[in-house]
Amino acid sequence: MTMLELYGKSFESRLLLGTARYPSPSKLAEAVQASNTEIVTLSLRREAGGSHAGEKFWNLIKSLDVTILPNTAGCYSAREAVTTAQMARELFQTDWIKLEVIGDSESLHPDTAGLVEAARILNAEEFKVFPYTTEDLVVAEKLLHAGCEVLMPWGAPIGTARGLSNEYGLRTLRSRFETIPVIIDAGIGLPSHAARAMEIGYDAVLLNTAVARAEDPARMAEAFAEGIRGGRSAYLAGPMQPSDMPQTSTSLANKADLRE
Amino acid sequence: MNEVAIIGAGVAGLTCACELVDRGIDISIYEQSERLGGTSCSWFAGGMLAPYCERDTAEHEVMQRGLVAAKWWQKHITEVIQKGSLVLALPRDRNELERLSRLGKQCRWVDQSQIEDIEPDLADFSGPGLLFPEEAHLNPRKALQDLANYLEMREISIQFDQAVRIEDLDAKIVLDCRGYHSHDTLPRLRGVKGEMMILRTRDLSLARPVRLLHPRQPIYMVPREDHQFMLGATLLENNERARFSVRSMLDLLNSAVLLSPSFGEAEIVESAADIRPAFDDNIPRLYRKHNVVFVNGLYRHGFLLGPSLAIQAAEAVLNPKQWQELPRCA
Repeated sequence: MTMLELYGKSFESRLLLGTARYPSPSKLAEAVQASNTEIVTLSLRREAGGSHAGEKFWNLIKSLDVTILPNTAGCYSAREAVTTAQMARELFQTDWIKLEVIGDSESLHPDTAGLVEAARILNAEEFKVFPYTTEDLVVAEKLLHAGCEVLMPWGAPIGTARGLSNEYGLRTLRSRFETIPVIIDAGIGLPSHAARAMEIGYDAVLLNTAVARAEDPARMAEAFAEGIRGGRSAYLAGPMQPSDMPQTSTSLANKADLRE
Repeated sequence: MNEVAIIGAGVAGLTCACELVDRGIDISIYEQSERLGGTSCSWFAGGMLAPYCERDTAEHEVMQRGLVAAKWWQKHITEVIQKGSLVLALPRDRNELERLSRLGKQCRWVDQSQIEDIEPDLADFSGPGLLFPEEAHLNPRKALQDLANYLEMREISIQFDQAVRIEDLDAKIVLDCRGYHSHDTLPRLRGVKGEMMILRTRDLSLARPVRLLHPRQPIYMVPREDHQFMLGATLLENNERARFSVRSMLDLLNSAVLLSPSFGEAEIVESAADIRPAFDDNIPRLYRKHNVVFVNGLYRHGFLLGPSLAIQAAEAVLNPKQWQELPRCA
């Protein structure tokens, strides 16, 4: 099967996992291993306190031998996000950054204006930016103009487990930017949500809470990996289109001849 | 020569001391600081004996091992308050309560009028809740002092201001109960930072610990004497033993005021930051190196799991088979 290509790196797994809210680092490690996840995101801001004090936790994550995608979760302005990204580059020795600029603390809705501004600055500084955005086409266009080579629209707001709340908009976004890797980020609650995103042609799915807060995170991570694989295969296999009329699936050729 | 020397008089050291003394073992106990709780994160604990509620973030094993806690404390200290725990959430976060009721089991749903009966001063809180009637709480600072008194009555005094080295101790077995201070010999031990506050107000009173589940900053509010409330606690993956951040304080206080606007006028009596010692799976355990047993990794469950870990340690000291089976330090 074709690999997932992100900024020149190839991955087999199309599931990206967040690392927050697990019962313990061991449970996180089990989830990553059970799902063969190759990319994990890591929030710098809340855990670091601007120092190396979080090193033990980071080392645990580094020991998982996966690609680390630091994020700017909890940043409320372009400036804050840029500073956090710079810190992350230094601490994790990576130019990858999942860019989040939150506009509203209640709904956690992205501040798309701040996002484009931060993306412009970070791309100029040669970061590889993964912008967390909405399904808005114009914002997506501007992010690509700013130099981003990946888009990460939400399925639904962070932590809501509602799945693809505007599937029509997400389909439009997908077909508008056919050649860009597009990853569904946030709002996923069930493997069927993730499978759906893959069926309509998304390249990958990033999620956190649905696995971290499951009763058995490793098992849930595996379930997501399976859902994503199934959805991807279905997309590649070319799914049939819904029809208004029933169509027989049985060949008529060899029916029993009941004539007298 | 003592049979067992204990280093550290936090909750791990003191529960072990009492458990060994109860079994007739001759012990000595050393504490590096000059007073009880001086360098111990137990001093900042909430003191909730809430095995079921903890299922919100902890594994099943924590619940099971926590079930012995309330009885153990009743036997050793003057006051364990058994009035249950109340867990609340805003209506929009009802899903968090549903998850906990499935995991924690020993609870029942309460609506606004029932909340008013249970905690009259929370009558204005508009969300649903869960009551865990079998849970209990204690005041950790008084509990540590009570354990020291318990030992004192059996003619064992904590030797304060003694930063002893293991090799200098004249004892058959040493229990190293130094929490995060043992991280040099326990490389898998990490610190998980927590920030807590003590508030004082006469505008409301609570009979039992109240938790507010919140996807971003869950809190608990534990009533203490003298109109005080312990408000806790953040959970940050770093080993910084100080620095209460503005963001943490905002988050904790915001959630406190959501619980009851009356906390808006409360006095901030104390605010502190420290770290909890934890292993990768956040489950406490014993490790052995020669004649030293490390009693560690109590994470955020010092008072809940201290008794169960102390019982395990005492059994290992007394029973050669269990002693042999203790996992060794890497």
